[in-house]
Amino acid sequence: MTPSTMEWTKPLKKVLYVLPAPAFWVGVWQVCALLVDRHVDGRGNELLLPYPISVWNALVSMLGTGDFWAVVLASLGRIAVGLMCGVLLGAALAVVTHGSRWCDRLLSPAIRVARAAPVASFILLVLLWTGRNRVPAVISALMVLPVVWDSLSQGIRAVDRKLLELAKAYRFSRFKTGKLVYLPSLRPYILTALTNAAGLAWKSGVAAEVLCLPDPSLGQRIYYTKYYLDIPELFAWTAVTVALSMALERLLRACLAKWGKGWAA
Amino acid sequence: MIVCKELTVFFGDRTVLDHFSLRIPDSGVTVLSGPSGCGKTTLLRVLAGLEKNQGGTVEGISPQQTALLFQDDRLLPWRTVEQHLTDVLPKSRWGEVPALLALTELEGEEKALPSTLSGGMGRRLALARCLALDAKLYLLDEPFAGIDLPRALRILERLKKLPAPVLLVSHEESVLAQADQLIRLDGPPPHRM
Repeated sequence: MTPSTMEWTKPLKKVLYVLPAPAFWVGVWQVCALLVDRHVDGRGNELLLPYPISVWNALVSMLGTGDFWAVVLASLGRIAVGLMCGVLLGAALAVVTHGSRWCDRLLSPAIRVARAAPVASFILLVLLWTGRNRVPAVISALMVLPVVWDSLSQGIRAVDRKLLELAKAYRFSRFKTGKLVYLPSLRPYILTALTNAAGLAWKSGVAAEVLCLPDPSLGQRIYYTKYYLDIPELFAWTAVTVALSMALERLLRACLAKWGKGWAA
Repeated sequence: MIVCKELTVFFGDRTVLDHFSLRIPDSGVTVLSGPSGCGKTTLLRVLAGLEKNQGGTVEGISPQQTALLFQDDRLLPWRTVEQHLTDVLPKSRWGEVPALLALTELEGEEKALPSTLSGGMGRRLALARCLALDAKLYLLDEPFAGIDLPRALRILERLKKLPAPVLLVSHEESVLAQADQLIRLDGPPPHRM
């Protein structure tokens, strides 16, 4: 095989590697939609389980409108702010609860309660306390915070004691110990925390949007599809949400991969 | 002169150092040798302030004035050879990096990560990092482990010329033969001198 042929087959191989799984599930979806179609008359099929092509058409028609991007950007902005606040607060709390036993005893139960409490209760409470436009960001932050705190607390406990002893013996400042020992050691925990947090921020943020209807928002559009029984559009907006969540997760992974290039396992 | 008088260290009911005394001259290499468990590493850790002695005194040096090379390398997998040295050197002394690399025969490896170094090279990097510290006493726990003998002896000759004294642990007879002062710990405590 010549080098030019190899270059040409590389993207093809990648497509052949990636494509089968989604193709299989779209096939399953198509078969299920056909089965529903055989048992329901008229538009019933479109109400229960639309065909993939109907969802695709709905998606394409949505993509063509300027309103679509306004909706996406507004939701992305709110959820990104919530994610960032949750990550920063979770990380700060992990440091504080690790550094002080008193703080750990005081704060850990509250964080565990926040993790276990139903998201719907938080959404309604936050809706009462703040404006509807702030709820998705606050809810995303509240859902992300315990996940980040838990993951980073585990990571901090797992930092190699020998490296910490080295830092002490070689008289590293706290800042230097944090930068040279803690941060790189925490890399896999940060990666796990961020990817889990990104997915959770989207789920909880969009759920909050569905309940609070900030304008414009993905959740509001999802709510309206229920209102008008436009199920293909519901699927289309869901697909957009999933795609955005996956894109954000990939972006975070790519950033962290760049950070650990060369030494990370 | 650094003087350790009647140092006693025990962990639980196990005595590791029992009224151990030692004098270290202001320059040159003092080598400690002896079987495992006789307290060589513990003595170095006490001098570095990482272990507490239950009895005895150390005069002429404080833990903040020492630099300890640990028995294991403790390299940071995410830092290059050069960064390991600049991490411990103040910025005003970064110009000393080539000299430290030359002392430990690591020239040309500046950009290498620890994962790409051999065991002996990793040991020499750990030694270079220790020597980069501004200290009045260097405590080296088996600095030549995994390093070929001719190279170890060359490095030992350079250590003898350092402005600060060196207290090192070694089992290698050729290294012991080159020491300015040799202290053999013959077995478990007591070690009275």
